[in-house]
Amino acid sequence: MSSPFQYAPAPESRSIVDIAPSYGLFIDGEFVDGTGEAFKTVNPATEEVLTEVSAGSAADVDRAVAAARRAFTRTWGPMRPADRGKYLFRIARLLQERAREFAVLESLDNGKPIRESRDVDIPLAAAHFFYHAGWADKLDFAGLGPNPRPLGVAGQVIPWNFPMLMLAWKVAPALATGNTVVLKPAETTPLTALLFAEICQQADLPPGVVNIVTGAGDTGRAVVEHGDVDKVAFTGSTEVGKSIARAVAGTRKSLTLELGGKAANIVFDDAPIDQAVEGIVQGIFFNQGHVCCAGSRLLVQENIHDEVIASLQRRIGTLRVGDPLDKNTDIGAINSAEQLARIRELSDYGEAEGANRWQPACDLPDRGYWFPPTVFTDVSPAHRIAREEVFGPVLSVLTFRTPDEAVAKANNSTYGLSAGIWTEKGSRILKIADQLRAGVVWANTFNKFDPTSPFGGYKQSGYGREGGRHGLTGYLKGVTHS
Amino acid sequence: MNDRLAVRKTYKLYVNGAFPRSESGRTYEVTDSRGHFLANAARASRKDARDAVVAARGAFGKWSGMTAYNRGQVLYRVAEVMEGRHTQFCAEVEAGEGLSGSKARAAVDAAIDRWVWYAGWTDKLGAVLGGSNPVAGPYFDFSIPEPTGVVAVLAPQQSSLLGLVSVLAPVLAAGNTAVVVTSKQRPLPAVTLGEVLATSDVPGGVVNLLTGDAEELGPWLAEHADVDGIDLTGAPAGRAMELEREAAGTVKRVVRPSATEPDWSTDPGLSRITPFLETKTVWHPIGV
Repeated sequence: MSSPFQYAPAPESRSIVDIAPSYGLFIDGEFVDGTGEAFKTVNPATEEVLTEVSAGSAADVDRAVAAARRAFTRTWGPMRPADRGKYLFRIARLLQERAREFAVLESLDNGKPIRESRDVDIPLAAAHFFYHAGWADKLDFAGLGPNPRPLGVAGQVIPWNFPMLMLAWKVAPALATGNTVVLKPAETTPLTALLFAEICQQADLPPGVVNIVTGAGDTGRAVVEHGDVDKVAFTGSTEVGKSIARAVAGTRKSLTLELGGKAANIVFDDAPIDQAVEGIVQGIFFNQGHVCCAGSRLLVQENIHDEVIASLQRRIGTLRVGDPLDKNTDIGAINSAEQLARIRELSDYGEAEGANRWQPACDLPDRGYWFPPTVFTDVSPAHRIAREEVFGPVLSVLTFRTPDEAVAKANNSTYGLSAGIWTEKGSRILKIADQLRAGVVWANTFNKFDPTSPFGGYKQSGYGREGGRHGLTGYLKGVTHS
Repeated sequence: MNDRLAVRKTYKLYVNGAFPRSESGRTYEVTDSRGHFLANAARASRKDARDAVVAARGAFGKWSGMTAYNRGQVLYRVAEVMEGRHTQFCAEVEAGEGLSGSKARAAVDAAIDRWVWYAGWTDKLGAVLGGSNPVAGPYFDFSIPEPTGVVAVLAPQQSSLLGLVSVLAPVLAAGNTAVVVTSKQRPLPAVTLGEVLATSDVPGGVVNLLTGDAEELGPWLAEHADVDGIDLTGAPAGRAMELEREAAGTVKRVVRPSATEPDWSTDPGLSRITPFLETKTVWHPIGV
């Protein structure tokens, strides 16, 4: 049913970004040509090639690690902690100054709506630097023991779903604790990391403190397996996380992993339904569902199932799918053809295994990678769409009758990253939150993030935390706890 | 001269609160440091290890769900009951490790005191390791430590009692349940510790003690999908990397062994508690 009120296009101008025809690697404070084969990065909303980017070879990674080691030994390591903090404050401010440019570039390269890159990704990235800047000269007060010391060179590999935010989650704590970094951005979203390299230059950050080596899996492997890397931090799939854990086995390298999830979002019959529906939508359709902590399994109490689903479908019908740069867009493009194929495959399995697919009537652009918001009802816990991470805008709905059943079903997963609870009863929130085996529990809200708030998983969702006091420990030695 | 013939003990496994023989029927000879026969210990099998994991998983809800105060009292009770068997532990440690009487006594003293140290930690971890997080928005946000789950422990090969307690007690203090492979050559104090645990209000299944060979049992525990973490302190020489690789297949939390066995007499700090703790962060809106 078409509304009498139509939205006029409200496109954010892309003139604020200036994309070069090609990019090199950022090593030792300078852009240099990579020796691997260059690759193209595309705008997933249009399939337009944005630019060509160098792929870092093992030799390039070696140069980057050597630069990071030099910086650790000669400049960043010996520097007064207060000065390290001031560099991070500078970076936070520079990010704020150029926030719109970063947001537009992120939406172009990733496909996410400008509303999210502008209001979530980039402000939070700046906040991470600002927060960690303050820690740099206060580590003795973090309650981690009398003499926390940096590990050395951190090799960091990040995913494509929140490119700039994940960079901030990795780089800010590493630098605040006195480490230097070699960071490999995701193959499909390298551009904001390369723009961040310019920020490092504008901040006069000493050469080698931050090195950015673009490339695909081979480049990441070279970073992880490099013999002079002291710390490996990875965010991405559980499958790759396992291979990284195998690769660092038997070494002295410290490892943190932030991996996949299949979060249960539990709605009890006393929940305020309208708020819960907003939370369900936010939980699964935020960032096209390309979120490791997405609320991809809706567990709704049986007696309100029909009411919740009807309300949810009504709400989903109002979501606007399309041009990521349009300020009214709710759901942008799927990040890559490969990811779109994966979402389609799992959704087809959902139907084949007996679940009911529902999608709103919505026009999708002719070019680019798109998938409409999708709800599967009649999902059984055995279905692949109830067990595997789809990493797309696909919600699986299951039901429960009792709180015990809700907890059992929520915990029936190899993952344990996040969960949601919707109920008006406070004591129930605390009881269920206690029983859920998940690292982040959102009660009467979902998908909230903050630099002061530790984030990370239980079980096969990984180990280590990012954010808060806990996030510092992964980058320090000589601390009383890790 | 006392001519009474002693009643010897049959040294068995400790699994799910009971003392079974190995289902495999296997035993191996345990000798003192000079090679004299001490006992035939049960040689645990893969099946015994799996049974122990089932028992540990079954006990996890009860143990982790206890109040921290209650858990602390139970661990303190272990120290109390151990104290009553002080002489027996000294004799077993002296024979097994070849220590002088005074050194064996020091090791037993330290082992008992270690339970006391960890008993006092249970109700402080939340305050020391958790806290509220001042997020930039109208939310109450707090983080608390929670136990990882079922932890496999390859106990030290040299220090058969103090070393064992030093790796086991922190796992329990954090609220985990444990499957322990004891020192292969010196397993007897572990079996006696099992008798202490069985009479100290530690619920059955919370601690499972397998005498036998970590080389044989380690890989099964490292790859077991219902084991959440593994302490490789007592891993056979040269096998730790392989076990860590196996553990990666299920993203287990791993404590790597040090190059040589640690000096167990030193202050352990929190270093053995935190590897088997998870941090849970909970958000709730603030509003009227």
